[in-house]
Amino acid sequence: MSYPVPSSFLEPINRRAWIGRSGLLLSASAVAMLAGRPALAAGKPSHAAQDARILNTALGAELEAIAAYQVGVDSGLLEKPVRELALTFQGQHKAHADLLASTVSKLGGKPVAAKSQYTFPTDQLKTQADVLRFAAGLEKGAVSAYLGAVPLFDDRDLSKAAASILGDEAMHWAVLRNALGEAPVPAAFVA
Amino acid sequence: MVPQMPSQPGNAAKASVCARGTHFTAVNAALHSASRSLRRVACASVFVAASVLAAASVLAAAPVLAAAPVLAAAPAPVGDAAAGAKIYTRCEACHALAYDRTGPRHCGLIGRKAGSVPGFDYSDAMKRSGIVWNAKTLDRFLADPMKAVPGTTMGYAGVKDPKERADLIAFLVQQSDGPVCAK
Repeated sequence: MSYPVPSSFLEPINRRAWIGRSGLLLSASAVAMLAGRPALAAGKPSHAAQDARILNTALGAELEAIAAYQVGVDSGLLEKPVRELALTFQGQHKAHADLLASTVSKLGGKPVAAKSQYTFPTDQLKTQADVLRFAAGLEKGAVSAYLGAVPLFDDRDLSKAAASILGDEAMHWAVLRNALGEAPVPAAFVA
Repeated sequence: MVPQMPSQPGNAAKASVCARGTHFTAVNAALHSASRSLRRVACASVFVAASVLAAASVLAAAPVLAAAPVLAAAPAPVGDAAAGAKIYTRCEACHALAYDRTGPRHCGLIGRKAGSVPGFDYSDAMKRSGIVWNAKTLDRFLADPMKAVPGTTMGYAGVKDPKERADLIAFLVQQSDGPVCAK
């Protein structure tokens, strides 16, 4: 089922404002890793182009995640604390998207834009647990995606930044599993 | 611990609900009271799933490189679609069976020309690859997507373990025209 997404939910938020709201170390350190780094400008064009492609794919997935959390928030199925949790996670995905988009630009690429519509299995979301399970699946996939991207970057600082985001996604996944009454950390390794 | 930004007084109080035990409690209480029976079933299956995930993770973390010369001479592993369903959860960051996401849908994958799902915005590299998807081409691509199709937007290192790859392909073959895709 296609789901229209209000454009205001897809706009990357102002980074400083977001840091101010969340106070998370993740974004601050990631920004420090990437902001104004000479290597981004000095890298070989072909390597920079490949790095930008990888980041752009991650950006597309982050924009989809932002929209997915909005579906959950708007579903009317979430109790207040769960809704707050979803909004917090959505804000962190916005921060990831903001950082990825600016880095793609620094690498000479064109950041992908959010789609006007995303398809989500909304017909399967009947309860709060369904929404949480849907979100957990997306977060688990995101962990795998970043894990698969980390070794690919030519610029190792980009690998570090991707790993930083991976850690955040893994925390989301664990918290969502915990909220579902499942073992928050099901294994010693992620794949 | 969540650091407080000096220019933003009061951030500690506004910090992520993830850092606040009271919210954990509230979230869990809200959910658990609404679905205790669901949780019991979920917990039981999670312990099974956790074992499977743990085994899968060990496979993934196993010394693949050390085993590679042996595997190269061995016959191709036989895929298990049920095991492949678990591997497929890795793909679900970007893909779904029945609809396009960051990556294209997988329904109808087998026998399809790469880069041909109508309306999906493929890379030029994928459109020009000339690949027709089958077990053999999938095996080559999934082992190292960016090497198999330089310029692909699938920025993923690949499924390096041949058995995991065979399982995943078995799942994709099974699902390509399966019930989910028939809807």
